[in-house]
Amino acid sequence: MSSIPTPVLWTVIAGLALGSYALRFVFLGFMGGRPIAPWLMRHLRYTAVAVLPALVAPLVVWPAPTDGTPSLIHFAAAAATFTVGYVTRNVLYALAAGGVSLLLLYLAA
Amino acid sequence: MASSTTKSAFWQGFRDSAPFLFMASPFGFLFGVLAAEAGLIVPEAFAFSLAVFAGAAQFTALQLMQENAPLLIVLVSALAVNLRMAMYSASLTPYLGDAPMWQRALAAYFVVDQSYALSIVKFENEPRMTTAQRMAYFLGTNGIVTPAWVIATVAGVMAGSRIPESWGVDFVLPLAFLTMIGPMLRTPAHIVACLVAVATSLPAAMLPYNLGLIVAGIAGMIAGAQAELWLERQKSKAETVK
Repeated sequence: MSSIPTPVLWTVIAGLALGSYALRFVFLGFMGGRPIAPWLMRHLRYTAVAVLPALVAPLVVWPAPTDGTPSLIHFAAAAATFTVGYVTRNVLYALAAGGVSLLLLYLAA
Repeated sequence: MASSTTKSAFWQGFRDSAPFLFMASPFGFLFGVLAAEAGLIVPEAFAFSLAVFAGAAQFTALQLMQENAPLLIVLVSALAVNLRMAMYSASLTPYLGDAPMWQRALAAYFVVDQSYALSIVKFENEPRMTTAQRMAYFLGTNGIVTPAWVIATVAGVMAGSRIPESWGVDFVLPLAFLTMIGPMLRTPAHIVACLVAVATSLPAAMLPYNLGLIVAGIAGMIAGAQAELWLERQKSKAETVK
């Protein structure tokens, strides 16, 4: 049933726990009140907004439910979810739109 | 006296964070459902949410593990999503940096989107708060969100193992990410970073070992930083003309 080997899973959990903690602790713990280089802050500001879309785009263009064949209805569901989130600036409305899209996808299938 | 105001700061943070209950719970639940689909059992998903405590990174790791990506790529990609935590940590430092080390070490675990967003606004608006009050407020903002996140994960796993494959759950993950991305795009530079990352990620998907995500992520970060610089220069030019 499990496609992820147990040792891999626990290594990822431990590695992410340590790594995430280190990222959270690094400035608060070590830097005291010293300022952080502006160029570094500038790049850090755009990490999530770059990495998450880069992860999503291939999953939308080559969706898993169709085994990677581009599908207009999946693209439309994704576009609707994103657009609601972007226009309303509200994750909850986007979540509702995503839920409705998913329901429509299920009915269409 | 001082301790009572510290206590009230904690409860204020607690109350201010209440609306985030409605955000942390659905995502925690969703993570649980997807974890169950990926074959995780309750203790595994519970440990995942409790130890890592970062939604987007957890979703990323789960997706890449299912694609059988190499271990190193899974870790690097998920941690890249979490790089913003370092930025939060940096920007909280001027306000919490004077607290005792054990408190800072404890607070570090609780640096998440919600606690950061609430605290930084509070600290900027109320410069007269003491460090102890700030720390209490910050920890208070996690009083609801952290338990909600972990409990919702466990509920999700229990529900998820009963959801049939035919419901198309494998498209839930991209949709979950898309709900987070829209509200994140607050400035033109954010939009540039996002567009460049998307445009790079499609051809880069051909790279081996799921390296495409990292390449596209870096391209997006650089594009965002450069766009920010360019926009600032345009603005200062416009101001000198006036």
